[in-house]
Amino acid sequence: MSADILLLFTFVLAIFLGFELISKVPSQLHTPLMSGSNAISGITIVGALVAAGSVTEGTLSVVLGTLAVVFATINVVGGYLVTDRMLAMFKHKEQGGPR
Amino acid sequence: METAFIQLAYIAAAILFIFGLKMLGSAKTARRGNRLSALGMLIAVVATLFTQGLAFPYIVAGVLIGGAIGAAAAVRVPMTSMPEFVALFNGFGGMASLLVGWAEYQRNLSVWAADAAPFVTVLAIFLAVFIGGVTFSGSLVAYGKLSEKISGKPLLFKGQHIVNGGIIAGALVCAVLFMANADNPAIAMGYAPFLVAGALALTLGVLATAPIGGADMPVVISLLNSYSGLAACAAGFVIGNTVLIVSGALVGASGMILTTIMCKAMNRSLANVLFSGFGAAGGAAGGAQQGEAKPITVEDAYFVLEAANKVVFVPGYGMAVAQAQHAVRELGELLEANGAEVSYCVHPVAGRMPGHMNVLLAEANVPYEQLVEIEDINPIMGTVDVAIVIGANDVVNPGAREDPTSSIYGMPIVNVDHARTCFVLKRSMASGFAGVENPLFFKENNRMLFGDAKASVQGLVAEFKDA
Repeated sequence: MSADILLLFTFVLAIFLGFELISKVPSQLHTPLMSGSNAISGITIVGALVAAGSVTEGTLSVVLGTLAVVFATINVVGGYLVTDRMLAMFKHKEQGGPR
Repeated sequence: METAFIQLAYIAAAILFIFGLKMLGSAKTARRGNRLSALGMLIAVVATLFTQGLAFPYIVAGVLIGGAIGAAAAVRVPMTSMPEFVALFNGFGGMASLLVGWAEYQRNLSVWAADAAPFVTVLAIFLAVFIGGVTFSGSLVAYGKLSEKISGKPLLFKGQHIVNGGIIAGALVCAVLFMANADNPAIAMGYAPFLVAGALALTLGVLATAPIGGADMPVVISLLNSYSGLAACAAGFVIGNTVLIVSGALVGASGMILTTIMCKAMNRSLANVLFSGFGAAGGAAGGAQQGEAKPITVEDAYFVLEAANKVVFVPGYGMAVAQAQHAVRELGELLEANGAEVSYCVHPVAGRMPGHMNVLLAEANVPYEQLVEIEDINPIMGTVDVAIVIGANDVVNPGAREDPTSSIYGMPIVNVDHARTCFVLKRSMASGFAGVENPLFFKENNRMLFGDAKASVQGLVAEFKDA
């Protein structure tokens, strides 16, 4: 139980940290923020890898795990790449001078 | 030893995510921030592969398939399709969390049969599957609406709230049954309520998103973004993994903040956006016209612009639809060459997702320094010679300021009607998403430039070049 309380504690602190971090992002960068944070939510891949790799625990959990790996990897790879593509265009503008 | 190493790697990953998000706070550092965040993800993935007893064939297959699909999609998607792309990817994140929750339940079933199931893990499995399911199907509907594969109109039917309420009540019953019987290997006891809850979650996602209209999509995408983070969080509680909880919480908070910003920019509550079916009435409710809108030709518009010293562009969703951003930037440059001061004002809810217009203007190479916020431009709108509204409607509707009976009354707008002259580029006189008549069109200083926005702007560009 105490381990669960620690996890909950971590969760609450991380929520506050998130609010602090994100409220400083200017509206121009809201789209890249969204696609970039979406890529971060692909962190579920960590759980998916373990499920897909635990082959001794039955077929169904491996199938589910492998599917989860596919979805999470799409999320991670696609999310980071597209955010990078977008931000590359924003960077160009720096020659025009920062706002 | 290995476990400690993996945990340390997770801490490193979390730190990189946090720095990455912090650096997204400025355009200068944003790209590096995103790459740091990606590095954090790589570290987390590689560390996980050191978990004892993992077999790699399925992992490698899954990563190769997912990586190929993700990379191909990311490289090909045009900037104008970014809202539906982000919506779809939110959904994939939700689906991944749902599948992880399910896989963990399946893996633990035999363990729990011998040894009682831990309460928190079972609750977390339920939440990962439920939130993940709502996120997935809701995102698919949002994707369909944004890519116009299904109608962007709000879909309402009688008793919708009752049906949704029934689904939530059903889900709660399933939750109780599942939590009481999760360690019971008999399919009918634990698995049945689990699967029913999953199906209810998918149904709820569809029913909750369908009544929300196109222009409210910025709120919906933000909210689904938040859900995808919370689903990852729940998956983190399932496997007792801190990095999932921290990252999921960061994303959840980010989505919540964006949701709040979008609601404020429309002066509406989240409940109103989610449940009212706003805009469902279409243009039918629009009252009588208060006068006559005065059309203008491209040629006459050119003469006005040619003499202007200060011009403000106000882009909206119509600019994205017409793909007019490059033509707009070209016109802006010609106006500058002609000696005018040119700026662009983006309303927070213009377009179909937060920051949508900014990405398009960035794609067209519009410099940062020319972007102005509403609060900065409104007080000096009187000194602006021409305000050019491109495919925006409700965000420039003076009714939001003047008419207490208007359904968008109180929403902050760009006061283009205070400019000396205002041009509205529009296909027809149809009302905006909110279905309210726009008194701007009938103002003395307003001229309508009818036609496709891109064609109209290109016409103006041609006039400048010929001169």
